[in-house]
This record gives sequence, C-alpha cells and structure tokens, in this order.
Amino acid sequence: MDEFLIEIQNLKKYFPLKRGIFSKGQYVHAVDDVSVQIPSRKIFSIVGESGSGKTTFGRTILRLIEPTSGKIIYKGQDIMNLSQKEMITFRKKMQIVFQDPYNSLHPRRLVKDIIGEGLYIHEKISSNEILERVKAILKKVGLNEDHMFRYPHEFSGGQRQRIAMARALILNPEFIVLDEPTSALDVSVQATILDLLIDLKNTFSLTYLFITHNLAVVDYISDFVAVMYLGQIVEIGSKDDIFTLPSHPYTYALLSAIPDPDPKRKRSRTIPKGEIPSAVNPPQGCRFHPRCPYAKEICKRSDPAVIEASKGHFVKCHFPLR
Amino acid sequence: MTLTEKISDFMEKRRPILEDWKHTFFLWRRTKLAIIGTVIVIVFVLVAIIGPFFIPYDPLSQNMAERLQPPSLKHFFGTDQFGRDIFSRVVSGSMIEVEIIIIVSIISGGIGLILGVIAGYFGGAIDEILMRATDMFLAFPSLILAMAFAAMLGPSLINTIIAISLVGWTVFARLARAEAMKVKNQPYIEAIRALGASRTRIISIHVTPMCVSPVLVQLTLRMGTVILTAASLGFLGLGVRPPLPEWGAMVSDGRSFLLDQWWISTFPGIAIAIVVLGFNLLGDGLRDIMDPRLRR
Repeated sequence: MDEFLIEIQNLKKYFPLKRGIFSKGQYVHAVDDVSVQIPSRKIFSIVGESGSGKTTFGRTILRLIEPTSGKIIYKGQDIMNLSQKEMITFRKKMQIVFQDPYNSLHPRRLVKDIIGEGLYIHEKISSNEILERVKAILKKVGLNEDHMFRYPHEFSGGQRQRIAMARALILNPEFIVLDEPTSALDVSVQATILDLLIDLKNTFSLTYLFITHNLAVVDYISDFVAVMYLGQIVEIGSKDDIFTLPSHPYTYALLSAIPDPDPKRKRSRTIPKGEIPSAVNPPQGCRFHPRCPYAKEICKRSDPAVIEASKGHFVKCHFPLR
Repeated sequence: MTLTEKISDFMEKRRPILEDWKHTFFLWRRTKLAIIGTVIVIVFVLVAIIGPFFIPYDPLSQNMAERLQPPSLKHFFGTDQFGRDIFSRVVSGSMIEVEIIIIVSIISGGIGLILGVIAGYFGGAIDEILMRATDMFLAFPSLILAMAFAAMLGPSLINTIIAISLVGWTVFARLARAEAMKVKNQPYIEAIRALGASRTRIISIHVTPMCVSPVLVQLTLRMGTVILTAASLGFLGLGVRPPLPEWGAMVSDGRSFLLDQWWISTFPGIAIAIVVLGFNLLGDGLRDIMDPRLRR
C-alpha cells in the first residue's frame, strides 16, 4: 500500500433516533470511528453482514450522507471542508453504483438521458456531442447504441447494471463506490458483471470501493479487504492475508461459513452465537464479545486496540488468532 | 443527408417512444368505460368549439312573443321566461364550462403540484408550514369556502374561476407531496445527487415529472366536481352573471317554473350530468391506464 487515493480518518456517522419527551436522544452508531486508506487503482472490499454499516460507510465517503465527524482526504485534500458548490464539481471524480438496478434508474427517462445526465450538469456541450459520448460509453459497457432510446424497464437486471456503470463512467471518475453491485443479479449474470467491472477498472484506471457480503465475490475481485462489524473495522489487510490467515475471530467465522462444494470434506465451523447486536447500544468493550467463542473477561471491559498482525495486516482484537 | 432521411432516421430512433404510446392506446382501448368517457368529453369539447356556429338562435337576445315555449321542432329544448332558445343557450354555454375547467385545472393543478413537490422534497419546517396551510383550506367544506371567496370577490366568470381554483389546489398539493416524498428517497434520485445535480435541477427535471401523473388523474376526476361547483355557484347567484348562459345559472333561472315549464331547468341539468359523468369515467380509466402494474 504505497499510493493512497483516499484516506479516511476517524469517520463517524450517528443517526439520531426520534426522541420522546422524557427520553434522552439516542443514536444509531452506523459508522463508528473508521479509518481506512484506499490505495490507488486497486479494488478495496468492505465485507460485513447486514446492519454492519458498510452501505452507510460507502455513502458517507461521497458525502451523500453527511458524516457526523471525521476526515475524508482525497489526494491530499480534505473534502469535508468543501462548500456545497465546490462539492458539485468534485462529484465528477467520485461515483457510485447501487445495489438494486431496478430502483437506481429513473423510470420515466430514456437511457440516453440517464447516462448523459452527468454531462448535462458538468459540461457545456451540445446535445449531439452528448449523444456521441453516450454512444461511446454504451459500447464500453457492452451495450449498443440502439439501446439509447429505450426506457429502463425494457432491460434485464444485468443490462440495467451496465447502464448504471455507464452513467457513473461518463464523467471519467477516478473513484467508484460499488454498493453490492451484483447481489441483486442472477449468479450467471454476476460473473459477467464482475468481469466487466475488472475490465473497466483496467481501461479507465479506476479505484473501487467494493461493498458486499458475498465472500466468494470478494475473493474473486479484491486486492484489499476490510471486515466491518457493528460500524467498526475489525480486520484489514490484503486479500491473501485475510483469506489465508484470518486473525479476528469474526473474520474466521465468516470464512468458515463459506459453503464448500465438496461434500466429503469435514470442516470445523464456528458460527457466531445469536444475532448482530443493536447499533443503538453497542456492547461495552470489544463489540464482538457477546458472540465471540474466545471472549475473556478483558473483552467485556476494554475496547481492543488495533494491532499489526503482519505487515499491512491490522486486527482489532485482544487475542488475535495468529 | 436529406431532410426526409433525417426525419425517418429521427423517427426510427424514437420508435420505442412511439411503441410506448401505442401501448397506452392499447390499454385505453381495452377499458370500455374509459372509451365512453373519452367520447363524451370529446363531443363536449367539439360542441363547445364549433357549436356556436350552428346554433339556430342568438343565446342572449330576448323574444317575449315566444316565451316559455315547450320543446318542439322549432325550439328543440323549448324557450325560457325571456323567450331565449334553451338549445342555443346550452350549446353556447358549453364553451363557458370548458373555459372554467381548463383555467381552473391549470391554476389549481399548477399551484398544488408546485407547493406539494416543494413540501414533499424539502420536508421539515417548509413541509409543516405548507401542509398546515392546506389543512386550513381543507377544514372548510369546499362549496362553502368557494361561496365565501366568490361572495368576497363579487360574482363574475373570472371570480368564479379564481374561487374554485383557490379551493381546489389542496388535494393536488397533498397528492404531489406524497409522491415527492416517495420519489426523493429512491436510489435513482440519490444517483443523480451523486452526479452533482443541483437541487433546482433535481426537483424540476427528476422529481416533478414523477408527481404529474397522479395529479393529472385526480384533475380529470375533479373536472366533474369543478363543473358542479361552478354550476352551484351560478345556481346560488354567486357565479357567472345573468345573461351569460352558464348551465348552473340556467338551472337556477328555471327554478320558479319547474312545475309547469320543466324544460327550462331540465336540459341544462342533463347537460351537466352527462359531462360530469364523462369526466368521471375518463378519470377512472386514466387511473387504470397509468397504473404502472398494468404497463409492460
């Protein structure tokens, strides 16, 4: 990890709960003190179960949700200090692709308008030039120009996700947040979309923040992986570190839950007890201790520090497995 | 490229849009009541536009020699107490109704759509203020409120239109607000925000068009009510001033002759009933056609 595109420092996002007259205001700790460095031109994955705050994290980086506190440093510039107006020009560089391709395209607009929207906003060029650029980008994502004058409902899920990619790519961004881009698709389509994503990353020299709960997809696509639990990152490292030497008990449990196609092989599985606790009152001490098979007394009392298990491989645990 | 080639190229590229319209037409043809409603409304509008050229008598000139004539071949709908031909008056009165409907729709639909979208999109204090204002309007029975406005402004065609519009916009504001609140949280709006679109652009180009169709359907459904309210105001003497042949005022004129000269009130009344029915059927049909679940 030498060159960083984005550095996130102590990012927090607390959502206020509606407060009653007599009760004190409570907060959902969706993202709680996350610091990450995202290397340039790499695919950085965030894994976690539902409710771990990974989606909020992705949106907070783009300031689609305003963070409660923290710094987002993009190429040495803290984008938290930008005004609304400066932010608009800045948005050209960072884009997002959403999970559900059925809701992320405006149902009443033609594909050419959906994809060309970014150009209408940022570049003062004629509608013919916009059409040309849309045509070019459609080819890049594997659609053809006949598709420009159709409505989103005429496309399949995979095609819609390609349109969403084209919309994100038309402004030549450097950084794209992919919020579970394949989880709403058929398995057969998932693979082609993942290949397309890798392909586009190489053509346009992009950096991805890939948010997902699907470990097989993470294994396939990522360079670096961060594991998120209850708004905090519990383990972070290169893909090989995480998959071969998981150090946090939670990561270990996640990996052991990957189904194995070989029925003869016997595996030991550790399944965390119970459900993910509420992010309104996160557990004291280590957040994972109520579900951790190795929890000791100290885990209930003190929040573990982040330690470096090996070079570039960090884990937030009192008793890392290795 | 020659002009004809350019045009055919243009049409070819937009074929999907045409097909969308064809599908709308197909859905319309499947809904029988909508066809009946459409036919009534079209006939009504045609009568309003070309009818005045074919009427046998001047709708305003009085002829005391032929007053209170029953319906006959000479006077299809009979004559009123001033000898005016009721058929001519009903036909030329349809133009007044059309004017009222169109202007009221534009004003109340427009006000409702704009205020509703703003309230729904921004939420918070703006929403509270705008919605409490609509609550104030909704707290009164609409006819009473329209009467109050009409009485305040004085009876005339323009004031009738203003009074009905001021009463009617609340329903559309509520509808547009609900739709805007739903739309603003959709991922496609978030994606457009991520592209860097300004608030004005998001509201005007992306949110408002999504709120138009429920408002449009409701407008069509309310057109019957608009005619009824205009007629009621006319009947009560708070609407269009006398010699003008507004249907409600005509029903009112015949009130004192109802037992012996039934035709004076009856024919304008039938006209009101048919047109209101037509708009209601059309509105119901439109609602079904615009239902996204029925579409491809």
